[in-house]
Amino acid sequence: MIVSGINSVTTPLAGWGRYPIEPCHLFRPERRRELAAILASGAQRDYISRGLGRSYGDAALNRESGVISHLRLNRFLAFDPETGVLECEAGVSFAEILQYFLPRGFFLPVTPGTRFVTVGGAIAADVHGKNHHRDGTVANFIKDFKLLTPGGEILVCSPASHSEIFWATFGGMGLTGVIVSARLALRRVESAYVFVDYQKTRNFEEAIGIMGESDRQYQYSVAWIDCLATGASLGRAILMRGNHAPAAQLPKRLRDPLAAPSHREWNLPINLPGLALNSLTVGAFNALFYAAHRNTTQQLVDFEKFFFLLDAIHNWNRLYGKRGFVQYQFALPPESGRDGLAAILERLARSRRSSFLGVLKCFGDANPGLLSFPIRGYTLALDLPADRGLKPFLQELDQLALRYGGRVYLAKDATLSAETFAAMYPQLERFRALKRQLDPKGVLASSLARRVKLVES
Amino acid sequence: MPSVLILGATSAIARAIAAEFARHRSELILAARDAEELTALAADLNLRYGVKTQAQCLDVLDPAAVETSLPACLAAAGETLTGVVLCVGTMGDEEAARANQAEAERILNTNFTGCVLALNVVANHFEKRKRGFICALSSVAGDRGRQSNYLYGSAKAGLSAYLQGLRNRLFRSGVRVITIKPGFVDTSMTFGRPGLFLLASPEAIARGVYKAINSGKDVVYLPWFWRWIMLVIRLVPEGIFKRLRL
Repeated sequence: MIVSGINSVTTPLAGWGRYPIEPCHLFRPERRRELAAILASGAQRDYISRGLGRSYGDAALNRESGVISHLRLNRFLAFDPETGVLECEAGVSFAEILQYFLPRGFFLPVTPGTRFVTVGGAIAADVHGKNHHRDGTVANFIKDFKLLTPGGEILVCSPASHSEIFWATFGGMGLTGVIVSARLALRRVESAYVFVDYQKTRNFEEAIGIMGESDRQYQYSVAWIDCLATGASLGRAILMRGNHAPAAQLPKRLRDPLAAPSHREWNLPINLPGLALNSLTVGAFNALFYAAHRNTTQQLVDFEKFFFLLDAIHNWNRLYGKRGFVQYQFALPPESGRDGLAAILERLARSRRSSFLGVLKCFGDANPGLLSFPIRGYTLALDLPADRGLKPFLQELDQLALRYGGRVYLAKDATLSAETFAAMYPQLERFRALKRQLDPKGVLASSLARRVKLVES
Repeated sequence: MPSVLILGATSAIARAIAAEFARHRSELILAARDAEELTALAADLNLRYGVKTQAQCLDVLDPAAVETSLPACLAAAGETLTGVVLCVGTMGDEEAARANQAEAERILNTNFTGCVLALNVVANHFEKRKRGFICALSSVAGDRGRQSNYLYGSAKAGLSAYLQGLRNRLFRSGVRVITIKPGFVDTSMTFGRPGLFLLASPEAIARGVYKAINSGKDVVYLPWFWRWIMLVIRLVPEGIFKRLRL
């Protein structure tokens, strides 16, 4: 007899970078208990959970094996308007949370640059946002979560209970268990707007200098960097820093402070030809972007534009054509960050690999997450088209990052080698030991996990 | 506030229909046998749309429950109950059911007998009140039997015929009966099955169901083009049809 939810479809899957693309057996349960049934079914060799597929590389892929979509397990379970704590299933997206809770005066406590991520994915990648220097990662706002262990047990994990598993799951890329639901503390806000200060800097050094001086005054801080500029302009940047706008300071014409203006949405219906993005066109775009900004303060910007600029263009990943692209993000500690950034930015500019603006940010302290990415210092994220020669180039960048004491973000990575990964994440052995203990039969695995040897393959 | 009772509330289509009613400010009474799912669903719809939702653990396939719990459930809903939407159904394992009588019986019970017994109770309730609507999800599969799903299809054909008769009976009482015939819908019922095309989202079906209930229509294909697809399929002479691999 066919048990509903246990059916699977064999289909090519990819992350948001559309590189790599791998055949996987996709499950899409609609009832919560089907999660355990799938894990126990033996239908596939192993399984990895998948949300909206916004990790860039192979984190939510499992070549020739099981992938479990959580998109139909997306129910809000409880909300306490006094504390702002929302309990929901892992398949709930940040977009849904904003849609239903921003009108009630609540915002995401931490959000990446897209709202099309799920709560489960956010936990697994331990996502950070423009407020990491103040608020840390999403882990700081998760009261607890329910984890279905590979053995079929449901554990309620919090910093106080099963704390080791709790901290292994943030950044654990879905390998410690299947996240079923979580309790997330939302942030109370008075409006859907942010007051933003824009500041242009001649180069990245000036940018991190200013950020180091005055980031404390801003809840949100980020700099867009021109990765193609060279010489004295190396890493010229535009700082964008802001705070939630109090309702009282909004212009009177905005009748409902919690409603953002609706934006026109765009869709990129087809792949652009691979040649469309080259160092000339991207260089021109970056120069225009830099020239178009002025130093201004207290600009009223709605949350969609400030936090989710690219969400307005559906399928923007098609910009990079059929070949796909890689998003590369690394973090460097404060001591060596300046030199490391200089070395990597120089290498990038010299390569003429067309990257749209990179995103630079100062991180606050790391959390106890065994594989959590953010460490105190600096982080830079950039897009690179997946053309020939990219892999050796990225390996070169990996080595540069490593030499300066840095690390690469797994949620965006598609090429890191197991050796380099092990050198970047000192708590890897503890994670592996816990993984062996939690999952002796290897029920949970992904292409990423095999590539960087988070699991034995 | 008006309210609607959804029977078989935990399926993906039922969830979307419930959401559509909630969006239009209708309170919900959700009935199904799976208590865990029901609780999650009721909480979700309440939190999203701010309408009152009530979970009623009820096995529509249990004749005893249908005879005792369902009337109680209808009575408790009170005067505000505007109608009932029945979403009970299962695709089953057609292939296994050729040899496995239990599976065959389960398919027939879930898609026909169980539905009919429940709708009998619902019909009596609304007939007395002389208003309301009864909407049930049948299927295009009931329009013509084909080898790949004729057990499911014959049960749905029976359900469609039952609804036809019920509509005729309740016309005088001012109770509307709406037959919905969805084509392929993107739910766990179809997920992973080969040979499907023109898959509609549960949300699209839900919008169509809401519209059908609030228009004067009796039988509605969803999406609309299935009416014409099924017309063509019904027109194929049996002598030819029996030779096809469908």
